[in-house]
Amino acid sequence: MSDPAPETRAVSPLAPFFAGFRASWRSVFVYVLFGTFVGIGALAHDFGFSLGWMLLSTALIWAGPAQVVLISTLGTGGSAFEAALAVWLSSVRLLPMVIALLPILRTEHTRNRELILPAHLTAVSMWIESLRLLPAVPPEQRIAFCNGIGIGMLASSLLASGMGFYLAGSLPRVFAAALLFLTPMSFLVSVTRNSRLLVERLAFALGIALGPLLAAMQVELDLIWSGVIGGTIAYVVHRLREAAR
Amino acid sequence: MNPNLVDFWPYLILVLAGFLPNEVWRVLGLMLARGLDEDSEILVWVRALATAVLAGVIGKLILFPSGALTTIPVQVRIAAAGLGLLAFFLARRSVFAGVAVGEAVLIAGALAFSP
Repeated sequence: MSDPAPETRAVSPLAPFFAGFRASWRSVFVYVLFGTFVGIGALAHDFGFSLGWMLLSTALIWAGPAQVVLISTLGTGGSAFEAALAVWLSSVRLLPMVIALLPILRTEHTRNRELILPAHLTAVSMWIESLRLLPAVPPEQRIAFCNGIGIGMLASSLLASGMGFYLAGSLPRVFAAALLFLTPMSFLVSVTRNSRLLVERLAFALGIALGPLLAAMQVELDLIWSGVIGGTIAYVVHRLREAAR
Repeated sequence: MNPNLVDFWPYLILVLAGFLPNEVWRVLGLMLARGLDEDSEILVWVRALATAVLAGVIGKLILFPSGALTTIPVQVRIAAAGLGLLAFFLARRSVFAGVAVGEAVLIAGALAFSP
């Protein structure tokens, strides 16, 4: 090595990756995901999908609600088109989450392809923990740290969904329901915990009212509308308050 | 039909109906995030949007669920979510306490009120 210049930036990504991996296992989410994916694995078994299919769907989709929608739509005889549409609509939250996360990960040296893996690993649990923990991580280590969190969570979910697949027959119905309830329950409290600013609290309150309301009114694209309406009202209130100061 | 093709079919459906419609949002996010700075004002709005959509998903998962959760009466689901959130605040914002109490209420309510 005659040129030491690249070395100054090339911190080994392994240390921050494993720091992120360990952080994921200290997060309450790893246990929530474990329970959730035992439930999803059991669901996939009950609807007759194979173990390989179920594990691959966990890694490829990596968004619990979309996976439940896919398995239950196909499993109850829905068409592939119907399933694709339902998955597409349920996953719209990933778009603003990715847009909010990536600028925190990027430095001026970052190549765009380095962001492909963190974008794929973006899911609610990984996003919440990343936004909470990343400010304390040096900018050049953030991508590796974030990948560590995501892979740590994915690993526990794959393990759990495999276990759920084999436990399926012996899970009491109430227990299976309780496992699926882990997703909305943990999202509810952790988003409440992470909403410290007025703009976030307002967006949260509006969204949780608008989502089911628009769905009950059978408004098409209900989630997109609850995001656009709720998020924009919250943002406008935030701007007005800033201006009034 | 060729038996190998039959084995392959569910995986094709997985990619077409599960992976692609889901991943398209992440890819779109990857493209739209390209020029954005960490401190830019538009990100405040995007985070508000993300929070509102996520809250909408939570509301829908509780009121209009799929899978085994549909067998639990809606009143039990709402009570579990509400009491879980209350426990979260009472236990000094502990996520674990919130989830544990919510789950306990759901199971107790399901055993007491389900057919």
